[in-house]
Amino acid sequence: MKSAVIVFPGSNCDRDIAVALEQVTGRKPAMVWHRDSALPDGTDFIALPGGFSYGDYLRSGAMAARSPIMAAVRDAAARGVPVIGICNGFQVLTEAGLLPGALMRNAGLSFVCRPVPLKVENSQSLFTCGYEAGETVHFPVAHHDGNYQADEATLDRLEDEGRVAFRYLDAVNGSARQIAGILNDTGNVLGLMPHPERAIEPAHGGTDGRRLFEGLLETVA
Amino acid sequence: MKARVFVTLKPGVLDPQGKAIHHALEGLGFAGVNDVRAGKLIELDLADGTSDGDIEEMCRKLLANTVIENFRIERLEDA
Repeated sequence: MKSAVIVFPGSNCDRDIAVALEQVTGRKPAMVWHRDSALPDGTDFIALPGGFSYGDYLRSGAMAARSPIMAAVRDAAARGVPVIGICNGFQVLTEAGLLPGALMRNAGLSFVCRPVPLKVENSQSLFTCGYEAGETVHFPVAHHDGNYQADEATLDRLEDEGRVAFRYLDAVNGSARQIAGILNDTGNVLGLMPHPERAIEPAHGGTDGRRLFEGLLETVA
Repeated sequence: MKARVFVTLKPGVLDPQGKAIHHALEGLGFAGVNDVRAGKLIELDLADGTSDGDIEEMCRKLLANTVIENFRIERLEDA
C-alpha cells in the first residue's frame, strides 16, 4: 500500500498516523505538504490527519479544505482511492464537500479527551471489514468540534445506505444520532472523530484501531 | 469600498455557544433574555467595483458553511 499523509499547518497527528501506517503496512507513507498540487504517483491511500489546521480559524477545517492539495485529493477520491479523515481530517472532508454535514462545537462546550466506546455499524466497508457488525471498540477522542450535524433527510439517507460506520455508545459531544464516523456514497471516503491511529499498540491502552488499517491493507494491497 | 458579512447559524441549528452566553447573562442577573444566537462579523476592504456577485461567491466558497450557516452582506459605499 502506497499511502500519503497530507500535512497542513497545525496538523498534529500526522506523525501518529504515519507511525500507525508504517507499522501495519511495513511502508513509510509519503508526507505531502498542503501547498503541493499533486500526490506521489501510485498513491493508493490518503490520510487527512488530526490537529488544528490553521488554528481552526473561521471554522475547523475550513482553510485546509481550500488548500491546493485538496484538488488532487478530490480527484483521487473520485477515482475510488480510499481517503480517511480523522478528527480535524473529518472536519476538512465535510468542509471540502467530500462528506455531507458539518462538525460543530461540542454540545457541552468542553474539549473532550478520553477513550470512548464505539459501535461498529457497518463492517462491509473498505475501512471496517476487519470488524464485526455491532462490535464495540474503543478509540480515543480528542476534540472540541466533533458535534456532527446534518439535516434529517441527510441523516436518514446515511442510515438507510449503511453509511454510518461508527456510532458513539455514550453521549460524547451532542452529535446527531450519536454519529462518530460516516462514509461517502461510494464507500471510499471515511471521516471519523475518534482516533484509530492512537489505538495501535498495547502501550496506547488498546489496539482496537489496528484492524482498521489491517483491513484496509488487505483490501487495497 | 468596504463590506460587512454577517454569518449566522441557520434557524434550528443548535448553538451551544449562544446557549452558554445566555446562561452567563442570566448568571449576571439580566432577566428577560429569551434566547441568544452567536454569529460572526467579517469586515472586507475591497477594490472599488467589486460586485455583489463576487462577495456572494466569497461567502458561498469560504466565509460561510451553507450547510449550517446563513450570510448577509452589507455594503458600506462611503466608508
